[in-house]
Amino acid sequence: MTGRIVRLAETARPEVRFTFDGAALTGLAGDTVLTAILQARGDLRPSEFGPERRAGFCLMGACQDCWIWQEQGPRLRACSTPLEAGMALLSEAPGHWPAGTAP
Amino acid sequence: MSRILIVGAGPAGIRAAERLVEAGLHPVIVDEGARAGGQIYRRPPAGFTRTAAQLYGSEAAKATALHSRFDAMLTAGQVTCHARSSVIALSAGVAHVTGPEGAQQIGFDKLILATGAMDRLAPVPGWQSAGVYSLGAAQIALKSQGVALGARMVLAGSGPLLTLVASQLIRAGAQVAAVLDTAPLADQLAGGVGMALARPWVTLRGALMRAHLRRVYHAAVRLTGIESDANGPTAVCWVDRAGRARSTPCDAVALGWHLRAETHLSDLAGVSMRWDPQFHQWLPQADDYGRAAKDVYLAGDGLRILGADGAELAGKLAATACLQDLGRPAPDVAQDLRRLRRMQRFAKALQRAFPWPADMLRSLPDDAILCRCEGISAGDLRDALPLAGADANRGKALSRVGMGRCQGRYCQLAGAEVLAAKAGVRVAQVGRLRSQPPVRPAPISAYVSDTRKDGAE
Repeated sequence: MTGRIVRLAETARPEVRFTFDGAALTGLAGDTVLTAILQARGDLRPSEFGPERRAGFCLMGACQDCWIWQEQGPRLRACSTPLEAGMALLSEAPGHWPAGTAP
Repeated sequence: MSRILIVGAGPAGIRAAERLVEAGLHPVIVDEGARAGGQIYRRPPAGFTRTAAQLYGSEAAKATALHSRFDAMLTAGQVTCHARSSVIALSAGVAHVTGPEGAQQIGFDKLILATGAMDRLAPVPGWQSAGVYSLGAAQIALKSQGVALGARMVLAGSGPLLTLVASQLIRAGAQVAAVLDTAPLADQLAGGVGMALARPWVTLRGALMRAHLRRVYHAAVRLTGIESDANGPTAVCWVDRAGRARSTPCDAVALGWHLRAETHLSDLAGVSMRWDPQFHQWLPQADDYGRAAKDVYLAGDGLRILGADGAELAGKLAATACLQDLGRPAPDVAQDLRRLRRMQRFAKALQRAFPWPADMLRSLPDDAILCRCEGISAGDLRDALPLAGADANRGKALSRVGMGRCQGRYCQLAGAEVLAAKAGVRVAQVGRLRSQPPVRPAPISAYVSDTRKDGAE
């Protein structure tokens, strides 16, 4: 599916390039990670507990629904983390985490 | 000098800081936002160009006044603020904080908690689908990012935020397919009279905003489910006032029934909680000024859900109490106390106008997901009743409802309703979930000291 989010205002901002699950995407300076991903994708990650996907819920740091991964390891809360150029974001844990579970 | 720590830089926290600064004190503030303002007066990132009038409507002057007051105190070095930081635990006189500076401990003599509120949620079957959000989320997305969370949205629930968010989205150019209010018209009328008597202009403004929604708005709705496919919501199913089954196609849903006080830190600080039947939730106990426990003061929606105007007053009052208890001169607050009581009358009438949908929850189907975090159904919780009894904490231990990563913030009121209905007791008898630290995720990296320099990780 294409993006979930619809931009209504503030569209004249510089572009910021990043990757999500290896795909090159472009957001705008001032986007949160959640906004930048959801303007190109329908969701952020799979659910660990059900068949549905997850796309954030409260956007104010209370529900912890929007935690995703980065290629270099640390996780981040997508709704409260500003997008930065060159971010390499992942919907699921990198294959080598936790240590010993995958190549 | 006395060390005073304020948690939260919304309307309550900012006004509390201001009063302390005026008395010559230097408060330390911890706030989760990147820029102070709180949720309702949340500021967009630097570089955004919409005006305060576009962002905050009729409340633009209040928002701007708060923001500039805070920025002035910060620039003058009168306050210390840890932005994008969370207090995750409290021990005697020490707040445990995580943020961009890593983990740190901040000692205090007096603690002012201005932690605000979040959406009060009731599960609707299918709400676990990606693309179902809280009403607050829809407003935050618009205000701080300039986006709508879908191309065709349905907003559902009850309370002032329902009308406000719908109106803001429509004005910004979003497509709102339906605004579904579960409040019966008779309640809205009865509550509306009390609201108008306490705050006529605010009530009139709300009524006009509602009138502008025209045929998109439906009262006395029963929500029956959210239909989804692999991409998220496709329709909201509901029953109208006349009992007809309806379905509104959409690709995003925002839900909310007023607000729920954020009380995890006040609970950890030893403040007593009391079931409030009017606000239909457990609320901290405090005196009129916000004194809640030894050296602990509460202000704003985390104590009494009065909205932003009430939060500004409560912030001043809590700081005043703090000054009095330190034996320092404090301004006269008789007028502030009178205004606060008027806001309380308004808030109680508002609760009557837009009630919590208890009947909808009590009849929630067994297969409906109750806990969004871990996908636990209403039936799973009902199955726990024979062993758990009608007790929120034992129900949590046996079913995991309330044990997920939101720590029960979004499911515990509904869970209590489901347990109470099954056991045939009043919801207050089920009790409340005990708060557990850390009240926000604590990254292990913040606590692991980086002492090994031999290249090993």
